Amino acid sequence: MKQLKFLALAAVLLFAVPGLAQQVTVIKLPELQKRLSRQNDTTYVVNFWATWCAPCVKELPHFDQLTTTYANQKVKVLLVSMDYASQLDKKVKPFVAKRGLKSEVVLLNEPDPNSWMDKVDSRWTGAIPFTILVNSAKKKRATFEQELTAAELNKQVQAFMK
Amino acid sequence: MKKLLPFLAACLVLALSSFIVLRPVAAGYQVGDKATDFKLKNVDGKMVSLADNKTAKGYIVVFTCNTCPYAQAYESRILALHQKYARQGYPVVAINPNDPAVAPGDSFADMQKRAKAKQYAFPYLQDETQQIAKAYGATRTPHLYVLTRQGNDFIVSYIGAIDDNSEDASQVKTKYLENAMTDIIAGKPASVNSTKAIGCTIKWKRA
Repeated sequence: MKQLKFLALAAVLLFAVPGLAQQVTVIKLPELQKRLSRQNDTTYVVNFWATWCAPCVKELPHFDQLTTTYANQKVKVLLVSMDYASQLDKKVKPFVAKRGLKSEVVLLNEPDPNSWMDKVDSRWTGAIPFTILVNSAKKKRATFEQELTAAELNKQVQAFMK
Repeated sequence: MKKLLPFLAACLVLALSSFIVLRPVAAGYQVGDKATDFKLKNVDGKMVSLADNKTAKGYIVVFTCNTCPYAQAYESRILALHQKYARQGYPVVAINPNDPAVAPGDSFADMQKRAKAKQYAFPYLQDETQQIAKAYGATRTPHLYVLTRQGNDFIVSYIGAIDDNSEDASQVKTKYLENAMTDIIAGKPASVNSTKAIGCTIKWKRA
């Protein structure tokens, strides 16, 4: 019995923690919408980026840092890759592994931005990086179609925590 | 009456300010707006304006660049658009708004190299001050504006994407721009005159 517990713990340590950091789930729009409309008091920080987008790559560490900084608070970071799905194994997964990203990473596989972008946020013109901060319980939502500095991002998250 | 006027003025101010609040992202052109002409340097060293080409019924103005993967994915489709529509009176004019200090691959010399290597049959202009991209409200590359001539003016008739699949031209289901062009050439307003497309952020000059 003790052995079983140990094995279970080992399995959790081995797979769950590194698994979260390494794995990139491919999602479609309904799954993303579900994430954005969760009715709770968690602040979701959703950043749309791509491996080839220089300003995105530059600001990515600021977003990933939030996962550590707010580990014990109701803040959740979701990094949504806009890379082509065909680049998942070649580009996205190696990038996420190399950077050791701690936040959840998904790849949004929707080829026609015109069909879904407005449903994510009508203020989004189509440029990345694009960021949404949302807290349903507090009825707060903010969007940024620009690169954010660590200071700007922290200020925004702080405002959502109040 | 004396009291009524300031009251009405206050109402007007309120109405105007709420109108502004309701349209926070209205920077740049909307369909139906008159587009400004420009004088920008082409890769051949000559200055190019919309007014230069007297026979043009309009233009397909595309904000694009050398370095963005989406711009590269669409490059051959942009060449094909010029092939198809220049002879119908709507040539392509490509404008690179990126600051080469921020995006080194977008220098004027690199633009010249790319235009030559890919045999651009249309002007490839450098928006050095970025004033034209700002006036048009371009936010990304590629970002397209179809202009139609009305007398000496150019009216914005379509804003947005080329089609619905940037990665793979063979997987395209809806050719947004071509559909709009079919309407425009028939003298009708485009039934879909504004579309969204993902693209690379324009590399604005650092303040």
